[in-house]
Amino acid sequence: MPARGLIRARVAEISPPLIRQQFPLMLSYDAIIIGAGHNGLVTACYLARAGLRVVVLEGNPYIGGATVSRELYPGFTYSNCSYVCSLFRPEIFRTLDLPRYGLQVIPYEGSVTMTRDGGYFASFVDHDANRREISRFSKRDAENYDRFSHEMSRQCRFIKKFLLTTPPDPTSFKWRDLKDLASLGAAFYDLGETQMYDTIRFYTMSCADLLDQYFESDVIKGVIAGSSIIGTALGPYSPGTAYVMLHHYMGEVDGTIGAWGYARGGMGSIATALANALQAHGGEVRVNAEVNDVIVKDGRVCGVALKDGEELHAATVASNLDVKRTFLNIMDERDLPAEFVRRVQRFKIRGSSGKLNIALDGMPSFPQIPENCPARRGDMHITDSMERIERAYDDWKSGTWSKDPYVDMLIPSQIDPTLAPPGQHMMSVFVQYAPPRLASGDWTDADRDAFGSTVVDAIGAYSPDFKDRIRHMEVRTPRELEAEIGLTEGNIFQGELTLDQLMFNRPVPGYAQYRSPVEGMYLCGSSTHPGGGVMGAPGANAAREILRDLGRKDGQL
Amino acid sequence: MKSVRYDAIVVGGGHNGLVCANYLARARQRVLLLEAADQVGGAAATESFAPGFRVSSCAHLVYLFDPSISAELKLADHGLVWSAVDLPSVALSQERAVLSISSDPTLSAGEWMSGEHKRFDALMARMTRFASVLQNLYTRVPPRLRNRRGDIVALVQAAWRIRRLGRDDMRELLRIAGMNIADLLDDELNDDRLKGMLAFDAVLGTRLGPRAPNTVFTWLHRLVSRAPAAHGGIMHPLGGVGALCDALSRSAQAAGVEIRTGARVESIMCDADRVTGVRVADGEEIGARQVISNADPQQTLLSLLGARELDTEFVRRVRDVPMAGTAAKLHLAIDDLPTFVGVDPEQARGRLVIAPNIDYVERASNAIKYGEYAPQPVIEITIPSLHDSTLAPPGKHVLSAIVQYAPYTLRAGWGAHRDEFADCVIAVLAEYAPDLPDKIVERQLLLPVDIEQRYGMTGGHWHHGELGLERFWMWRPTPGAAQYQMPVEGLFLCGAGCHPGGGVMGLAGRNAARAVLATARP
Repeated sequence: MPARGLIRARVAEISPPLIRQQFPLMLSYDAIIIGAGHNGLVTACYLARAGLRVVVLEGNPYIGGATVSRELYPGFTYSNCSYVCSLFRPEIFRTLDLPRYGLQVIPYEGSVTMTRDGGYFASFVDHDANRREISRFSKRDAENYDRFSHEMSRQCRFIKKFLLTTPPDPTSFKWRDLKDLASLGAAFYDLGETQMYDTIRFYTMSCADLLDQYFESDVIKGVIAGSSIIGTALGPYSPGTAYVMLHHYMGEVDGTIGAWGYARGGMGSIATALANALQAHGGEVRVNAEVNDVIVKDGRVCGVALKDGEELHAATVASNLDVKRTFLNIMDERDLPAEFVRRVQRFKIRGSSGKLNIALDGMPSFPQIPENCPARRGDMHITDSMERIERAYDDWKSGTWSKDPYVDMLIPSQIDPTLAPPGQHMMSVFVQYAPPRLASGDWTDADRDAFGSTVVDAIGAYSPDFKDRIRHMEVRTPRELEAEIGLTEGNIFQGELTLDQLMFNRPVPGYAQYRSPVEGMYLCGSSTHPGGGVMGAPGANAAREILRDLGRKDGQL
Repeated sequence: MKSVRYDAIVVGGGHNGLVCANYLARARQRVLLLEAADQVGGAAATESFAPGFRVSSCAHLVYLFDPSISAELKLADHGLVWSAVDLPSVALSQERAVLSISSDPTLSAGEWMSGEHKRFDALMARMTRFASVLQNLYTRVPPRLRNRRGDIVALVQAAWRIRRLGRDDMRELLRIAGMNIADLLDDELNDDRLKGMLAFDAVLGTRLGPRAPNTVFTWLHRLVSRAPAAHGGIMHPLGGVGALCDALSRSAQAAGVEIRTGARVESIMCDADRVTGVRVADGEEIGARQVISNADPQQTLLSLLGARELDTEFVRRVRDVPMAGTAAKLHLAIDDLPTFVGVDPEQARGRLVIAPNIDYVERASNAIKYGEYAPQPVIEITIPSLHDSTLAPPGKHVLSAIVQYAPYTLRAGWGAHRDEFADCVIAVLAEYAPDLPDKIVERQLLLPVDIEQRYGMTGGHWHHGELGLERFWMWRPTPGAAQYQMPVEGLFLCGAGCHPGGGVMGLAGRNAARAVLATARP
């Protein structure tokens, strides 16, 4: 069993014997995947399973892209970018048999929010526990929480059907598009008249309007609104944020909808498990292999050239890079129609978040939260209203990081002891908002440090011993996210999740089916439907389209 | 005691009520229109605010009014005269020369950046094509999402009209419909003055800023005025916007509508889920088979009818309609014409816009979210007395300005801050017309809360409730009530709270009349 040895190889480092070190000068494959992010690996897995000779090329010395575990300080494992798991499609989890390749997702029970007045709100995966907690703030809101949850799960159920499907082109008269549109229409029609109106409205409304329909307590609304802005350059009062909230609700862990969990060993375990699965199916992963050019001849892709000049040949190339990087950096504009290039250029990909990863020499205290509250093992937030979040967004708009940021902080080492030495802890702090560029110009190291201290101070206000416990801290602004992982403008979703960039509009109208104007060239990253988050759906969908073009059956997935 | 029985009673004599009553009377219905104020017009009225000075108190320009309604109701024969048509829109600027645009591209003036005029024309040509799709929807009663032939046909027609734009245009429309205006303008244009003014047009009358998604839609709503079937220009009726309603009123009376002013409807009566008539303030009950309300949805359904006649879920939906207005009106009586820097006399006749760039508009919009007023507001200025001498004594002028953003509820309370806000607005005006403050004889500020009180519009909202992509067509004012007919038999809405929304268009009134007549037929 080749996989067992790999499980022990914690962190996203693959044991060398499995990566081919020696290459002839020119290699030929059936398919080349550019970028070993989780989507690239998913695509590669499905192609390898279908019997193709596949190689994944990764520029960094480690795999995973933004789904990564790294030891940046001795003894501590950092989920350096993405940090929790829920959206990953269970269908992919099952068909690729990822548990067998070492992936274990540990659900956590809830989250807790600290408010300015010294209070807290704990929320739980368990509906009734949550309802009881809400009734501490408002009896009426507790009643309405039933209605709200019902509406959210209805919307989740509806959208889930379309996550692993290719969006049909509404302008096309091709049989396949018409058929897919018709089946989409039929699923929609099944909702019934009232629900159809509500579903369409849901996609165009703001999170604030949605929550105002159910809740009166500012705290409850602030707590729920947190998920409507993650990774998004919008505030909860902006139309379109109800959808972003849904995007963060539609996940599940072990069949519990809306639940979130930790990947044991950090998020890199997902990438490692995928790489193990890929290798088990005969595929290869090469790190330190940065692609410089996609080679196109006569409107057809025929391979890639690496930075060191080496060329690899394949009739199929799929890029896990974002749409801008793929078509504007590693491809030659002359190989693409001018109108297409213009559309790629205006794709909106502004980053809005930053990240702090902190090694702690002990568990910091949060006096506001009861000592034994299970919710402190999940996400911890600091907010008390939608307004407070919206004001943080105003800072983003004026080209500065939020002075009173919205933070999503977790200490996963409470549940997963592999992340830190005994008694010590690993803390992950997701920060909203940080603009891709500052009003004063590009980010500098001094700006980054100031951003870091803003966040540390914000947390320190709720945890007296927090600052003293910091042993090591890594700060990531959009600038670092771009430089380190190659996410253009530091956008964690490889493109903003607004209505103009969803479904058949993602990334470019007319090219939303994972193909590009160049034959044999595909996109398989989060720039494509259904977008970002560690979901794997774009990768699986791209693989299905590739196999379809190669004349394989749909059912291969 | 019930005296006369009418086929239909129209509650409220705003422009939509008048239009609706007129079409019903033309279909040989016996129609009574009841207006609470002493004159008809509602929010489309011309009123005196200082001795000798009159002003269009709410809407101060007409650009969306449907020309086919003007023609069908023969408004010209009933005294409607335009004192100005095709008024230019002028982007004021402190740093650079002003820029002026007009419905006729050749009339656009000012210093254009190289190539900008061409880009602007291309953008407007495309947006106009999109607006005509919208215009087409606007002239019809919205369909419902159900399995009836008429509805399915209407939906397929709507889809086909979009498809008929051609593949490129269709793709573009489906992409930008939910987009924000700031990104669209940044993609297509370069000139800050121009982008600022267009962004202003997109957010006027809403609570959104230009970076909020769905503002391309609100811009398209305004651009319906440019659709081929529309007048095309920004116009001003002689005698102010109230003159339009006077003409509508005369036309309605000629068609046989009985109009009673000073008759405030207190409640809409209903019996066994069927409307029976209305009760007016003096206690008189007037019977009718149908009651059509020009009041806003919340007032009609929750105040006049009463929640107990309605389904709980429906009441909840009506309560959820955002009704807080965001625009204030400032009226100045001035004893001499102020000098707006860089604006020539011809341009001064038009609408002058203070929205120097997109960020300025966005910053102004921040305030409304927190119940504050914008200290640096965006402003649309008109000096109608330049082309309409009926509004001011000879040699003197009125200045009418729409000021955004002013919240319905100021967190600090409007009481002490009302004058402070007016001073603030005048200070901003003075940045562009330094001699203005010395020429002011009298001033009047109408906040959303004043508009609510004077015209009975809940929240003082222009559109009788927020207009946006999530609240238009089948969703306006709320699903289940978007076809003008309310859940109580015989009760209809005909105001701006319904499809297609506000902006002195008249289409809600005509569409409502069609819906009423459709149910009257066996």
